[in-house]
Amino acid sequence: MIPGPFSYHRPATVADAVKLLSTMGDEARPLAGGHSLVPMMKLRLATPEHLVDLHGIDGLKGIRRDGNTVVIGAMITLHQLLASDEIAKSLPILHETALLIADPQVRYRGTIGGNVANGDPGNDMPALMMTLGASYRLEGKSGARDVAASEFYQGAYFTALEPGELLTAISIPVPAAGHGYAYEKLKRKVGDYATAAAAVVLTMAGGKVATCKIGLTNLSETPLLAEDAAKAVIGTSLDAATLKKAAAAAVAIMAPAADARGPVEYRKHVGGIMVTRALQRAAGRVG
Amino acid sequence: MNDMTPTREQREAKLEGMGCKRKRVEDIRFTQGKGNYVDDLKLPGMLHGDFVRSPHAHARVKSINGDEALKVPGVLAVITAETLKTVNLAWMPTLAGDVQMVLADGKVLFQNQEVAFVVATDRYAADDGINKVVVEYEPLPPLIDPFKAMDKDAPVLREDLAGKTTGAHGPRKHHNHIFEWTVGDKDLTDAAFRKADVTIKEMISYHRTHPSPLETCQCVCSFDKIKGELSIWGTFQAPHVIRTVVALIAKIPEHKIHVISPDIGGGFGNKVGAYPGYICAAVASIVTGKPVKWVEDRIENLTATSFARDYHMTTEIASTREGKVTGLRVHVLADHGAFDACADPSKWPAGFFNIVTGSYDFPTAHLSVDGIYTNKAPGGVAYRCSFRVTEAAYCIERGMDILAQKLGMDPAELRLKNFIKPEQFPYHSALGWEYDSGDYATAMRKMMESVDYAGLRKEQAEKRAAFKRGETREIMGLGVSFFTEIVGAGPSKNCDILGIAMFDSCEIRLHPTGAGIARVGTKSQGQGHETTWAQIIATEIGIPADDIMVEEGNTDTAPYGLGTYGSRSTPVAGAAIAMAARKIKAKAQMIAAYKLEVHEDDLEWDIDGFRVKGLPEKTMSMKDICWAAYNSVPPGMEPGLEAVSYYDPPNMTYPFGAYICVMNIDVDTGVYKIRRFYALDDCGTRINPMIIEGQVHGGLTEAFAIAMGQEIRYDDDGNVVTGSFMDFFMPTAVETPHWETDFTVTPSPHHPIGAKGVGESPNVGGVPAFSNAVNDAFSFLGSTHIQMPHDFWRNWKAAKNLGVFA
Repeated sequence: MIPGPFSYHRPATVADAVKLLSTMGDEARPLAGGHSLVPMMKLRLATPEHLVDLHGIDGLKGIRRDGNTVVIGAMITLHQLLASDEIAKSLPILHETALLIADPQVRYRGTIGGNVANGDPGNDMPALMMTLGASYRLEGKSGARDVAASEFYQGAYFTALEPGELLTAISIPVPAAGHGYAYEKLKRKVGDYATAAAAVVLTMAGGKVATCKIGLTNLSETPLLAEDAAKAVIGTSLDAATLKKAAAAAVAIMAPAADARGPVEYRKHVGGIMVTRALQRAAGRVG
Repeated sequence: MNDMTPTREQREAKLEGMGCKRKRVEDIRFTQGKGNYVDDLKLPGMLHGDFVRSPHAHARVKSINGDEALKVPGVLAVITAETLKTVNLAWMPTLAGDVQMVLADGKVLFQNQEVAFVVATDRYAADDGINKVVVEYEPLPPLIDPFKAMDKDAPVLREDLAGKTTGAHGPRKHHNHIFEWTVGDKDLTDAAFRKADVTIKEMISYHRTHPSPLETCQCVCSFDKIKGELSIWGTFQAPHVIRTVVALIAKIPEHKIHVISPDIGGGFGNKVGAYPGYICAAVASIVTGKPVKWVEDRIENLTATSFARDYHMTTEIASTREGKVTGLRVHVLADHGAFDACADPSKWPAGFFNIVTGSYDFPTAHLSVDGIYTNKAPGGVAYRCSFRVTEAAYCIERGMDILAQKLGMDPAELRLKNFIKPEQFPYHSALGWEYDSGDYATAMRKMMESVDYAGLRKEQAEKRAAFKRGETREIMGLGVSFFTEIVGAGPSKNCDILGIAMFDSCEIRLHPTGAGIARVGTKSQGQGHETTWAQIIATEIGIPADDIMVEEGNTDTAPYGLGTYGSRSTPVAGAAIAMAARKIKAKAQMIAAYKLEVHEDDLEWDIDGFRVKGLPEKTMSMKDICWAAYNSVPPGMEPGLEAVSYYDPPNMTYPFGAYICVMNIDVDTGVYKIRRFYALDDCGTRINPMIIEGQVHGGLTEAFAIAMGQEIRYDDDGNVVTGSFMDFFMPTAVETPHWETDFTVTPSPHHPIGAKGVGESPNVGGVPAFSNAVNDAFSFLGSTHIQMPHDFWRNWKAAKNLGVFA
């Protein structure tokens, strides 16, 4: 549990960081909160020769409202997210989800950028970002581009990030006022990844669901958008039969791995229950 | 009497003796980060060692090449079994009479087995070196399932035992068999079963888990070539035993070995035995002439040093129709892993598992235990319990619930009907123990009244009806557990470790100004000995506890003791402390008589000194006696005031308790909620109620972890799948239930202060309470026994198997 040798870099600008990452290629890794990378290094499952610490880059910090969009710097910690009035007001589901990640000590260090960029299917933020229709700003040596969260995840630890590219900010459209939301996460204990988790954001009109998005965490090698399940609830009052149908539609796209959290059958079963419970709780919050 | 004269109450209070909730004196340094642990030790020129470990559960080691490792800057040596053979240390004896490879000798027998030891100038270089050692393996079929160990075609694990039909504990039946141990009257028991109205039979498994103290096993060895002396600082629960073992196997004279256990961050049985790391660090120090540190990481601790449990107990109880038990028959398949490294007293291959008759008056019983080898880590330590007592308590407490279910009786009522009665003590159990004292029914009834047992059963009946009507998806269970422990090993007539009787010891030395030092043969790992030992002395000789310094863990200064595990410290060392104090008191009385110019028999003890009978104002305080001991003792008496006691206990002690767990389970997710947990403990005389409460909280938390998810699990290839705290369930404060504690006091009649020990009771009694709650919750759906651990997915699986989702 001792990492191998590496050299340490601490650039002050995004441009410098991108330059370092591009020059050093595969042997370099950006270091944000370090809560995924450092344990991997201690196990020597990751042996980067260069670490590019992003903590010195002021341009990666800050939360701002830009019209109907909230823009969050990649180096904002989960603790800072939880302390933000803007997030609590306009993106309460982000606040709720951040509280379910790890524990306060980890949240002081762990960043939203690291959480979404790492491509770990166990991370909670990616499915939520897909649910919210977020997009990521990626900056590399050939400039900046925006990629939708729903297009970003390609496989476990495989993302749309090109070599040398850095995820610098996350833009999230603010959901309609009075929307309902819930993030339901089943985990074995504090600090654990989800056995299964579901994010729901919906609006209602005249007692019926008007819009709905459902995201799933740790139920496949990438985060999932449960589109058929969401479609199934539109126009309904979330009666028992609809909930059952939606859960079944969500379960149909789940492909979790068996692990110490339980066999595949169990994780899919509770995945369906998380969807049902998130839908019910979200509907109850519509104001 | 003027106003300044302290009252009797004030004098008592000043002592902070037995019964006082004295704050833990060691916490002053622990809470400020000023503890002194092995890894805090940094000696000049100190080197660091770390292991190359096997990725395979079973493989032949074709070759080990350390050439590339030796090229890594800072790497000084790569030690292998071949190196160790030159000093005859490639194998080491285990406490259970087996031998164990220190480093892989031709073969590896479990995943993460120690293969080579890399010594370097720092920890980073050592790890860099490990990654450069090339080991060529030829994988062999692994044996993981203990039930297949004695199949005719099972792989041969221990080639070193080829042809040996007898082991340390008698005949071996198979190449993977270690021992068979039987106790009790088979014929009488078989007859009881033939005549029984009702019998139950269930295979009850207690899964493999691990003590996982927060501080892992570690040591620093320093060999002084000039003096020929070896100093070892280590996380040892029994430092004197380690010294003797080193003397025996390393052939260094025992007086030239200095073993020091500094502060220890939890042991729970993990730190009783000897591990390859200790041997390798010692050899490395002898070879290099420099101090060598070895510190396990978490994965190594969980996967290589000493698991606990892994007992598979086929349990049968015979009973009358009215619920009076008439016989108990248990067969245990004991999975010891690759080497039998149990840390039991030497003559007890299955520890004190024959306490399995529990708190009940079984007229006859028969027990047999088969120990077997598998391709898993070696051990079988007593994880916060006296030797195999938690397995025994789980076995009988599950068994009694299963019997109650078959009889259609309430489990609490069945227990009340079968308890050993107060007038039967000292009670001779069918499996050979002499229980010292107990009042079980009083404890049980107090528990039932405290939690409104009848009311809980009524609520449960309503909830079950509502579940059947489809109105709720939650089921409710009540887990009753009534345990009797056997602790305080132990009397020399039946307990020894490698031939050394399991006494314990204390040396007290009082200084002229009325303060003193007590050195004890035990070793606290968090139990609070520095606090409680001083309290015993305070009450016995009237010196305030604050004026007594307690020292343990240095074999050069502490009297020989067998260490701290198996709840033996208070029953054995606590008695030695009281006896040493009484020797001091006897001498003090002679000094006081001389100074007060009366006959000794005219004096009586009064809180903190002696007074003349009938003349209460004529007194001499213990503080003044201390001064006198150094300047005016009676003619012919040696000056000074000190005493040593080595205490060989006449019997074990038998703490007991009544626990109940109230639990709800959501059948859809398997998620449980512990609504209530009430624990009544009777540990005899209570020395420090606050420390007892802390011990009970800690032990219950471990019991909760074990019952509800904590396991060392292997896949079919022998890979450990729960090798870190991500998957090995270590509850945080968030998951841990609220504990309600209570007590009764039934002193031990043979112990000088009547104390029985408590540290392990909550683990022993807690596990069956949790498991019985889960099983009780599901019983109305038709299940009789669900194996531990009861984590979420297994609860869901149980519900599914019972047709809840049909």
